[in-house]
Amino acid sequence: MQRIIKTIKPHFEKGGRFEKLYPAFEALETFLFTPDTTTRHGVHIRDAMDLKRTMMTVIVALIPPMLFGMWNVGNQHHLAYGMEATLFENLWFGFLKTLPIIIVSYAVGLGVEFVFSVMRGHPVSEGYLVTGLLIPLTLPVTVPLWMVALAAIFCTLLGKEIFGGTGMNFMNPALLARAFLFFAFPAYMSGDIWTDLSPEAGQALIDGYSGATNLVAFDADFHRMASAGDMFWGFEQGSIGETSVAACLIGAFILIFTGVGSWQIIVSCFLGAWLMGLGLNVLAPADLPNHAMHTPAHYHLLLGGFAFGAVYMATDPVSAAQTERGKWIYGLLIGAFTVILRVFNPAYPEGVMLSILLMNVFAPLIDHIVVEQHIKKRLKRA
Amino acid sequence: MPFFCRIRKRNVIMGKSISIRRGFDIKLKGAAEKSVSELPISDIIAVKPADFPAVTPKLLVEPGAEVLAGQSLFFDKNRPNLHFPSPVSGEVTEIVRGEKRRILEVRILPDRQTRYVEFPKSDPARLSRADILQRLLDSGCWNYIRQRPYSLIADPTDIPKAIFVSCFDSAPLAPDMRFVIAPEKENFLAGLRALQTLAHGHLHLCVHEKSEKSISESDLSGIATDNTHRFNGPHPSGNVGIQIHHITPIQKGEVVWYVHPQDVAIIGRLFLEGRYRADRLIALTGSCVAHPQYYRAMTGQRMSDLTGGRLTSNHNRIIQGNVLTGQKSSGEDFLSFYTNQITVIPEGDHPEFFGWLRPGFKKLSLSRTFFSWVLPDRVYNLDTNTHGEERAFVMTGQYDKVLPMNIMPVFLLKAILARDIERMEQLGIYEVSEEDFALCEFVCTSKIDVQKIIAEGLEYIRKEG
Repeated sequence: MQRIIKTIKPHFEKGGRFEKLYPAFEALETFLFTPDTTTRHGVHIRDAMDLKRTMMTVIVALIPPMLFGMWNVGNQHHLAYGMEATLFENLWFGFLKTLPIIIVSYAVGLGVEFVFSVMRGHPVSEGYLVTGLLIPLTLPVTVPLWMVALAAIFCTLLGKEIFGGTGMNFMNPALLARAFLFFAFPAYMSGDIWTDLSPEAGQALIDGYSGATNLVAFDADFHRMASAGDMFWGFEQGSIGETSVAACLIGAFILIFTGVGSWQIIVSCFLGAWLMGLGLNVLAPADLPNHAMHTPAHYHLLLGGFAFGAVYMATDPVSAAQTERGKWIYGLLIGAFTVILRVFNPAYPEGVMLSILLMNVFAPLIDHIVVEQHIKKRLKRA
Repeated sequence: MPFFCRIRKRNVIMGKSISIRRGFDIKLKGAAEKSVSELPISDIIAVKPADFPAVTPKLLVEPGAEVLAGQSLFFDKNRPNLHFPSPVSGEVTEIVRGEKRRILEVRILPDRQTRYVEFPKSDPARLSRADILQRLLDSGCWNYIRQRPYSLIADPTDIPKAIFVSCFDSAPLAPDMRFVIAPEKENFLAGLRALQTLAHGHLHLCVHEKSEKSISESDLSGIATDNTHRFNGPHPSGNVGIQIHHITPIQKGEVVWYVHPQDVAIIGRLFLEGRYRADRLIALTGSCVAHPQYYRAMTGQRMSDLTGGRLTSNHNRIIQGNVLTGQKSSGEDFLSFYTNQITVIPEGDHPEFFGWLRPGFKKLSLSRTFFSWVLPDRVYNLDTNTHGEERAFVMTGQYDKVLPMNIMPVFLLKAILARDIERMEQLGIYEVSEEDFALCEFVCTSKIDVQKIIAEGLEYIRKEG
């Protein structure tokens, strides 16, 4: 393998026939082999972690919600038809339904990324390895594949490349892609679309089947939501990867333990939502027992994609706040805004997506304030 | 409670006790054994102007000239009272020049028996500050005194806020300072007395409370200073920049001087023996050294005298200094003026198949993304591989974990990249030096050359600020 690469490498280097394709070739080469580059100036040894390893770790952390999501796709499908299915049948059904979405997302997104690197002559960045998996997990399983492709293109072009690639974007690209679909194709992103209802021979939808997620139930009357246990484990309808809070917490553990994800952001997101929930409980009008402000605070942590957003989306180091104190403020505000949006704006039931995007925009401002405070403190010390 | 008050007051007088929490000790194979071999002086010795940043050399000798040990070879065009002496006596054989006739080396063929320029002998405690200053300048020993900010040779016309001597080195495989100074305790203390006068009494000594490799407080009892500070914690606690930051942070316009303990001993020799004697203990360390130990060598000695026949492989990197801040060197190079340690590690120019997917039990990382975290006491054999390519800043909070300073590293780096002088000053550029950011560079996931950026920032602000 190494020999093949060595023999074809000259064609891609300066003066070679495919000189222009060098970034694409390099990406492939460094994908197969960690490069043989050595330190030149400064430190002579380097920590073994690089961006590829970082992204790999996030992907590993995404496996629990992904596997659970696949199982749940099958489970919800079979539930809707009133069929009994084994764990493996559920998983296999979900796998077959989810795989094309993931493949399209990766193929299209990486394609755009490669084209851009070749055009601009910058190395292909690893960012999309994670983004490409995040996009499918935030979509309903019934989403048309061309829409996934559109989202992937939108995300790489407008989410990243126009700002200069990974590390330069100011909003989470995967979330931007989802927001784009949410606003561009509302019919496909809300309503009775959460369960795959592809017909089963000889089976009919059970009586009383409802395609409403708990978020919809929440908007109507929060008492009609599923039990806290079901929402925690994820036995509910929703986007592929978001339903199980338990799976997200496993992922959160992996991210925090390896040091890849910021524990400050995850903890403060949950804390912010919980505190805001409690605050609203206190302020809730006593004469309206069904008002959404009465929702028990911990329900907000279990509801919808909050956990998924807090663990995998808010922690994106590029678009989040970068200072230690800033991360706390950023997380608290995301949690608080999510709850406010949910409770007071029925038009956007999924508040977490919008509040993370909003805080992405505000993150530089939060950092700016923190840095100014730091400078003031430094001056005082003098 | 009066009792407690008394203890606290005593602590204040005797110096501070400071715990460093942020940092990291990189455990590498090849620590030097506590034994010393004397090296014979090589057939050629060289003084390299490049060892002294911001110095423009003006030669005082020509090939063929006879020089004594301690005789000036060249001086600095910008600060003509800075003289750079020959460490040995002998004949100047060659002036090696590089691009634009820049002087790279002044080579000297040493005599068999070293002849010295004789300076008066006297206890520095009895000399005035002006006398000490003049004698240091005349002998060239002044060059051992460096200043922060900028890490250059100190300006003799400045009055420093303080002088710092870090009595331990916390860098990977660093020499054992207690062992190195033990045979020269008298010279070391004499040197400290000279610095005490130079600093108008503001001499700060920093020891490590727990490390066996630190000069101990009792070793320093002969010196009358109230400023012996006890540090605790991992590297970079031994960096003088970190110590200054925690004890008396540098503001704009202030300077603090610092001297390495071995250099203090050489200054001490000047006063007690009346000679510029520039031999020192060099720790030969690293996983590619067959028997890591100490060697007594002359400044400017050929590197191959130290490394020749003592390495286990040919494909390695020879570093003057430690793996974090040292300079890339080779057998043909000469021992630099400030070098106390040589590290030899394997070159890492080999690709690794799917290296980013492997479990990585043998890979060192501060993150726990490799499974080496299950073996916290492992001693590593690291090579020079970068383990990845350079990327934009992505991860956050990494640098803060290894920089024990009240400084926001990423924002300072960005201010430097933007060449924004006001911002750099606000964020504390005067307090930092490249070496303080070495661990940041080590941990950087995006493989950014952090030390290079800091050096550029300091250079820029020195010229424009």
